[in-house]
Amino acid sequence: MNLFPSISCLTIVPLLGAIAVLALGTKSTKLARGLALAFALIALAITLTVWHRFNPASGGLQFEEVHAWIPVLGVQYHIGIDGLGLLMLLLSAIIAPMAMAASWQIQQRAPLYFSLILMLEAGLFGTFTALNFFHWFLFWELSIIPAFFLIRLWGGSQRATAATQFFLYTMVGSVTLLLAFLAIFLCTGKFDFMDLAELARNGQLLPAFTALGAWHHFTVEKISMVLCFGVFLGFAVKVPLVPFHTWLPATYAEAPTGTTMLLTGTMSKMGLYGFLRILLPIFYTQLRWLQTPLLWMAVATIVLSAYAAMAQKDLKRIFAYSSINHLGYCMLGIFSILKFTGNDPALATEKTAAMNGVFLQMFNHGLTAATLFWLVALLEKRSGGARGLNDFGGLRKVAPVFCGVMGIALFSSMGLPGLNGFVGEFLIFKGVFPLAAWPASVAVLGLLATAIFVLTILQRVFSGPLQEKWSQMSDLTLGERLALLPVITLMFVLGLCPQLVLGVINSTAMQMVQQLRF
Amino acid sequence: MITPFSYLGLLRLVLPQAIVVIAALCALSVDLMFLRMSETRLRCSVGAIISLAGCAAAIVWIFHAPQSANVLDGMLVLNHLAQRIQIALLVLTMLTILIFIGSTFTQHVSEYLALILLATVSMMFLVSTQNLLLIFLSLELLSLSLYILTAFNKRSIQSVESALKYFLFGGISAAFLLFGFSILYGWSNSTNIVSIANSIHGPSLDPLLIVAIVMTVIGLGFKVAAVPFHFWAPDVYQGAPAPSAAFIASGSKLAGFFIFYQVMVIGLAGAEGSSSWHAYASGWVPVIAIVAALSMVLGNLVAILQTSVRRLLAYSAIAHSGYMLLGILSHTNQSLHALLYYAITYALTVSGAFAVVALVEEETGGDTLSHFAGLSRRAPVPSFCMLIFLLSLAGIPPLAGFFGKFYLFSSVLTSAEGTLSLLWLVVLALAMSAVSLYYYLKVLKFIYVTDPPTEIAPMRISALRQVVLCLIALSVVLLGCAPDLLLHWL
Amino acid sequence: MRAPYRSAGTVVLGNLAMLAWTIYISFLGVTGLMLLPKDSVRTARILALLTTVAGFVVTLVGFAHQRSGELVTVTRLHWVPSLGIEFHLAADGISLTLLLLTGIVAITGILFSWNIEHRTKEFFAFYLALIGGVYGVFLSFDLLLLFFFYEIAIIPKYFLIAIWGSTRREYAAMKLALYSFVGSAMVLIGLIAAYVVAGAKTMDLVQLAQFPFPIHFQMWAFPLVFLGFGILAGLWPFHTWAPTGHVAAPTAASMLLAGVVMKLGAYGCLRVAMTLFPRGLDAWGFQMLGFGSWRDVFALLALIGIVYGAMVSLVQKDFKFVIGYSSVSHMGFVLLGLMTLQQIGLDGAVLQMFSHGIIAGLLFAVVGRMVYDRTHTRDLSQLETMHLNKTIPFAATTFVLAGMASIGMPGFSGFVAELQILIGAWRAFPLFAIFAGGGIVIGIAYTWRAMQKAFFGLSDQTTLTTPPALPAISIPERIGTIILVATSITIGLYPQLLLRIIVPALHSPLFDGLRKGSGQ
Repeated sequence: MNLFPSISCLTIVPLLGAIAVLALGTKSTKLARGLALAFALIALAITLTVWHRFNPASGGLQFEEVHAWIPVLGVQYHIGIDGLGLLMLLLSAIIAPMAMAASWQIQQRAPLYFSLILMLEAGLFGTFTALNFFHWFLFWELSIIPAFFLIRLWGGSQRATAATQFFLYTMVGSVTLLLAFLAIFLCTGKFDFMDLAELARNGQLLPAFTALGAWHHFTVEKISMVLCFGVFLGFAVKVPLVPFHTWLPATYAEAPTGTTMLLTGTMSKMGLYGFLRILLPIFYTQLRWLQTPLLWMAVATIVLSAYAAMAQKDLKRIFAYSSINHLGYCMLGIFSILKFTGNDPALATEKTAAMNGVFLQMFNHGLTAATLFWLVALLEKRSGGARGLNDFGGLRKVAPVFCGVMGIALFSSMGLPGLNGFVGEFLIFKGVFPLAAWPASVAVLGLLATAIFVLTILQRVFSGPLQEKWSQMSDLTLGERLALLPVITLMFVLGLCPQLVLGVINSTAMQMVQQLRF
Repeated sequence: MITPFSYLGLLRLVLPQAIVVIAALCALSVDLMFLRMSETRLRCSVGAIISLAGCAAAIVWIFHAPQSANVLDGMLVLNHLAQRIQIALLVLTMLTILIFIGSTFTQHVSEYLALILLATVSMMFLVSTQNLLLIFLSLELLSLSLYILTAFNKRSIQSVESALKYFLFGGISAAFLLFGFSILYGWSNSTNIVSIANSIHGPSLDPLLIVAIVMTVIGLGFKVAAVPFHFWAPDVYQGAPAPSAAFIASGSKLAGFFIFYQVMVIGLAGAEGSSSWHAYASGWVPVIAIVAALSMVLGNLVAILQTSVRRLLAYSAIAHSGYMLLGILSHTNQSLHALLYYAITYALTVSGAFAVVALVEEETGGDTLSHFAGLSRRAPVPSFCMLIFLLSLAGIPPLAGFFGKFYLFSSVLTSAEGTLSLLWLVVLALAMSAVSLYYYLKVLKFIYVTDPPTEIAPMRISALRQVVLCLIALSVVLLGCAPDLLLHWL
Repeated sequence: MRAPYRSAGTVVLGNLAMLAWTIYISFLGVTGLMLLPKDSVRTARILALLTTVAGFVVTLVGFAHQRSGELVTVTRLHWVPSLGIEFHLAADGISLTLLLLTGIVAITGILFSWNIEHRTKEFFAFYLALIGGVYGVFLSFDLLLLFFFYEIAIIPKYFLIAIWGSTRREYAAMKLALYSFVGSAMVLIGLIAAYVVAGAKTMDLVQLAQFPFPIHFQMWAFPLVFLGFGILAGLWPFHTWAPTGHVAAPTAASMLLAGVVMKLGAYGCLRVAMTLFPRGLDAWGFQMLGFGSWRDVFALLALIGIVYGAMVSLVQKDFKFVIGYSSVSHMGFVLLGLMTLQQIGLDGAVLQMFSHGIIAGLLFAVVGRMVYDRTHTRDLSQLETMHLNKTIPFAATTFVLAGMASIGMPGFSGFVAELQILIGAWRAFPLFAIFAGGGIVIGIAYTWRAMQKAFFGLSDQTTLTTPPALPAISIPERIGTIILVATSITIGLYPQLLLRIIVPALHSPLFDGLRKGSGQ
């Protein structure tokens, strides 16, 4: 135990920032965004010190804090992180300032905007550190509200519908999640994820559901499946998994860029994180029963979204579908790990590889997708709102630096070796093939489609004849270049030296795989 | 112990009555002899002071020399309770006189005061006797005084008409009462109610006795304005001068209920019967139960329709008679206390309400609801007092009306020895009291909520009236908050 | 240091003796206001504010002293000795929680009525009289005294609505007064009957709670008293006074109505009906229409209230009606929580009383004061064209926060409370719990709809004429908002603050009968 509650601080800092920025009043745009950025950077700094102090050799929880909270409900304030949590914290801490930088030009009610972003960041930090359902759910919901208002107030022309759709989908997911956990609490009297996972490992969770089974003579198995589905739905909507994804393209397309970056970069990770931290340890038995359909759902997510991306004309929508596609790989990895493999050590290694791949992919996708959306926003700024695939052509000539940066990001998204995107996808496929050969083979189709639409973009937007109206388009300014530099650097660094991240997450991945009981 | 035929001793017993009579004569003679040429205000003040002094002297005497006696075969029965009620009656008379001061409806001030005092004397006799003969005589004296008091506003045709109506109904009911009394006398060979009770035997009742019971209930029911003998009440309350109406509603009601209780509970002990839900038995209790239920229902429901505040108060009075009859039919010692508490606080409240009505009539010339519109802006103190009176009538704590209801109803339930068999009456009463809130609030709505038709200057109200109103209101609040003051005193 | 439970005739000068001053201060305030000269508007406001603050401070001191939540006598004097009636004030965790609620809502109510210019002095006099009555109910442990204060609270409500109200105020005020009075008449019947059956010796709640009333008596007395109080708690189908009353009432009065007065009913249900007649909740021993006991019946009514209130609120055109019906729905949760007879459900019910008081107060403040007093309309379709989030962003933000609290968003007080109720309900009536959960979902929908329409203009295509300039949100409004939001969040994040006194209070011997009945 450490004396200084770093992780609590991490959550509190953006929250304080949000209040401070809001308190500034409506007039001071400059001060507001400066202050907001400062708070976001402080949070990043704290994350980095935590990273520094983190013990990569241990796969268990670190920086744990436990305090009594609501004894009546068995609620404790329990937070802590392992490698996965740390990675997610880092990702959030990086994306948040990026999102602010991307929204630098916002004038209309800027303090509120930045305050909401900070609030969202606090929600993310809270979600990624909480180990008790009660406050985990609190932060989970806390992140939805600012996201909703960011879309609703600053979004594009269809913002009202998009925001409503986003809110309704995630709310329905949250409600089923909540109900499922209430039912679990009724049976076990526990809200703590660690305790529940412990129960599940000891095989005590299933018998506990008999308390509910008395009602209408449901078998314990059926009840557990229902509960599992409730939790599953909450996360699947958030990730999203086909067929729960329909809210996403519209939302991503309509949201202001900064928000889209946060949505795709971090909030979709909340869903994945939920799968890994909550659903998998507690309901692995039930998921195992469902493994085949789940795997094919993941495959469907990968393939369908990739082809849907191919059919889009709007860059933002393309990247939205591509986002679904990338997260599909993570889902594929997670579901393949579910497979019961006995005591085969070789397969266990594959599982660990896939798990590591999932972690990496989560981080990399966050980084890359956020960058892509940012770049689209920069393009939009210059084109006066045009962002169609066929609106441009030959931009390479007028904006070479922009095209170079965007090219790097696109290739990273495609999974070109040497860039960050490659390592994660490689590890996932490496792990998944021995575990689930058929789904993996079909999923490769997704890779193909991705390659096609990435190249299409390169071709249609950057090459070809330059249209007359874009001849005066300016390249990236110095400020924008400086802002993009760290991200692009990170893409290369992680692509060339994945060990930086893998070193931190490997023990966590191994422990998680072990806890699945083969 | 006073020997029955010592006239001096007798005089000591009836000295309070004598003092009041003397005060009445004084008021008359002073006015007629010395103040013939003076203006009405002065005559009114002097007469009122004499009358008040007389009443006060009577009260002091009763306090000073409490008596206990039973003279001439129950002709004059004095005990602690009777004397306390005499005091209460005297206080109510004083209040009536105070309300009267400043009234302009008549030139014949001293006659009016004298009549009030004579009516008071008759009530004092009424509550201190157990003899049918004296009961009847006192009742007649009281009624005659009240007929005249009702008709006293000679300028108003309504006053005269209502008095005539009162007189006719009163005459008929007196006949019924006399008929009932004569049957009782013939049946038991005694006019003393205690001896009458002694001659009632067994559970099965003589048909003759039943006739007597019904006749008596009719006669006394008229006195307390219970349904279906209530027809005179709305007209009298509306037509009579305000002080007379207040007096009829307060003092005469208290006395009427006390004697009603005496005649029924003492005189017809053994013929109670039962009005319990599943155990009906013939007797006077079921008769009164029916009358009470009818009064509560009819009084409250009809009151809703009224637009004249006086008529509204009349129907509310009928309803309250219904409640008070519950006190009679449960006939325990506790219920007597509850009844008296209820009757006294009701009398106080209603005389206060009539005082406000009198004020409003003098200023605006009418007593319909619209005459009360915006009163709170024109006369905040009387409005607030009216708020207290009406809410007390509705039975809202912390006012006396609330505790009165509580005590009365719980004594009704207690009387059936834990079987809750009279619950139906209590439920009916409470349901009806919920209805009653509607019309009381309607009056208050006009006073407080509705804006006055035009912006009228604040009313000029004499300090005396304000003080009197405040005193009554204060006593209503005080008795509600500390009911033990009155309960202990009785 | 706790002053123990004393017998009659002693005045306890313990730490909690000052709690009685909440009542006295309020009525002193009424007197003070009445004595003010006619046109002293400012003084009246300040005096009223000071009175409520003083009341709240007294409660806070009491709260700080009260550690365990057990029953502690505040004052006990003979009142009507001949009837065994005492002036008996006492407080346990439940009373104290509701006293705190009353204090907070009272203060903020005055802050939100700072703009009342019409008959100001009278307004605050009635207001404080109502507050005094409410304090009295929460502190009384003698049934007659409790009833006494309970009725005192009825009349000021009538005048507050009838004089200062808006839409159909006189009708609404009369309806409210009559419903309340009918309810209290039912209560009075039950109380008198209980008093008489127990030998007409005492009205003391603690002593009567120990008296073994015959089962057949409890079987009819319980529903009678429960219904009587339930009317004021907005129990379906006797809730109809609530929406009309809320809508017609001036802001502060709606806040008090929804925030405190409805709690009087729920408090009465728990404190009187369920404490005195716990056997009334037992099974009848036969089934009728699928009901086996009064508990089933009332749980179903509460459930219908939850769902029906939410559904009706979903289709309202008047902004205030939305909130009015939502109150019915949320009070349904309180009653459902009571009917679970589970420790956790009861905890939740008491906490929900507090939570809903705060949240409903806030909602009515936004709708009545911030929006209606500025725009003079509550019609959602008219508000839709005004884009209020641009002209009065503070109101929009407040409503969003209040709405989130109202739909039971974690982090606000409503969540913990409704969560506990649902858990309790799940244990007692699983099917009902599911429907109640559905009620929450509808709750999200109507709050959402109202928010969209009132503040954000549902369609972006609505031609935005330059929004009319509205008066800025005043300082008292801001302070009031901050107090209420902060309270809801504090309790949402640290419910233990109240639960630590509520839970032991519900464990006290007073509720023994209830526990025995539920087989716990």
